This record gives sequence, structure tokens and C-alpha cells, in this order.
Amino acid sequence: MGFTIGEKIEEVRVTPDKYLPHRYAGASGDFNPIHIDKEFAEMVGLPNTILHGLWSMAQVQRAAIQAAGNDPTRVKKLSAQFRGMGQPEQEVIVTGEVTGEEGEHITLALEAAQGENRIIRNSVAVIASA
Amino acid sequence: MAIKTDAVGKKYEPVEYVVGTEKIREYTAATFDDNPLSNDEEAAKAAGYPGLVAPPMFAVVFSSKAAVPAMFDPEVGMNFAMMVHGAQDFTFHKPVVAGDRITTTASVKSIEENAGKGFYVYTTESVNQDGEPVCTADWTCIVRGV
Repeated sequence: MGFTIGEKIEEVRVTPDKYLPHRYAGASGDFNPIHIDKEFAEMVGLPNTILHGLWSMAQVQRAAIQAAGNDPTRVKKLSAQFRGMGQPEQEVIVTGEVTGEEGEHITLALEAAQGENRIIRNSVAVIASA
Repeated sequence: MAIKTDAVGKKYEPVEYVVGTEKIREYTAATFDDNPLSNDEEAAKAAGYPGLVAPPMFAVVFSSKAAVPAMFDPEVGMNFAMMVHGAQDFTFHKPVVAGDRITTTASVKSIEENAGKGFYVYTTESVNQDGEPVCTADWTCIVRGV
């Protein structure tokens, strides 16, 4: 594929709308009220409902799929740490770069952020190089 | 108070899940994934698949059905009120396609205490109808103030 170590991958930019966590709850089966019920979220000390970590990670996945020539079957591994809490109605930007190449596989380091708030950190993807 | 670790190694009953075309589309719509292989049956068939190709992280949908009961197991005794999802690790062995029948088995991989926090790691192993592994995932939950 002609990857170079240190090369930046194409970004993913997406703004989850106010009701996105409801749709993702239905799609994923995760109805934890901190994602869909503002009153509950405030009761447990959050400023608002928060994005599902696995939804934000799915945006990182989209960046990895793009880097794999838009072939989802070439994504072999994906890991992430959930740190800052993501908010609906704020743009999420996923960035990443190529960190290694071993045999048939390319390793990417990725993260997702909303402004200064890095919501997904230390994400590593392994994609098949062809 | 020492953290309870008796449940480490415990394995749970397998959970079966049949992957549906519209469920894949519901997942791709909610994650803004417009990849043709995961949305357009003709595109998937043209690429040699019998149906829509689930995005790799669609594994969340079928494997969480096995992971969540393990997380709620009273023998594990994880305090949900103080819990956050700390990390997630997927290995994708084989693509999952609409119509696949996936069986997932969850287990408790490790329970450790560090700096007043409890780290609970659950593993799910998912295989398809031919017994081929499709996804292995580690789910790390962090509990404050154990």
C-alpha cells in the first residue's frame, strides 16, 4: 500500500446530534441512562448526557477502515482507552498516524478529541496491508 | 477493603445471536458508517460476500449480550454506580456477514486493585456457525473507590 512510518492518515470529522446517543443505544443495546437521560446524568454529577465510549471508538474504527482502503475486513485489531467524556452536539475529530509495519500488517496510533478534550486515547489499530 | 477476586476464571453460558441485515444497517446508520460493503447488498455480493459485511465493531452488538450478564454477576460483585468503561480491545479473526449465527462465551479474565481503583477485565470469544473464531474482545471496567 506504500505506507510510511509517521505518515498521517485521513481524518474523520463528525458531529453527533442531540439524539444520536438514543439511536446508538438502540443499535448497540446499551441503554445505560447516563447516555440518554439528562436528569439521570445530572444526578450522578455529569453536566449532560455523554456519548457512548464505544460509539466514539466506532469513529476511530471508521478512520482505520479508510486507511485500509475502505475495506472493513482488513481491520484486524482495534483497542482504545476511554478517558475524557464525549458530549453530543460537539464535533469529534479522529486523527492518526502510521507507527509500524510488520510483515503483512500496518500499525496505526489513533485518537479522538472534541476540542482539547481527548475522549479516546492510545488507540491502536492493526490493518492488513493488502 | 481487599477487592473480591474469587470470580477470576469464571466462564458463562454461551449466548447465540443471528446477524440481521437491517440490524447491520441500524448500526451503520448510528455510527455514520456509509461503507458500501456494510450498507449495500449488491456491493457486498459483488465483492464476494453472501450478504452485508458487518463493520468489525458490530461485534459490540453480539458480544455485549454475553459480556453484560458477566458484569452483573453478583459473584463478581462489581459496583456499577462507581463504574466507568475504561478500555476496550478487539481482535477480529474473520468477517461477520448478515445471516451468520454467532455464539459468544464470556469469562472473567482478571480482577485487580490499583491505587484504590478496581480493574475488572472480561473476555468474550465469539465463533460463527462453522465454529470459526470471529472476534475476541477484552472489556475493561474501572470502579472508583473499591
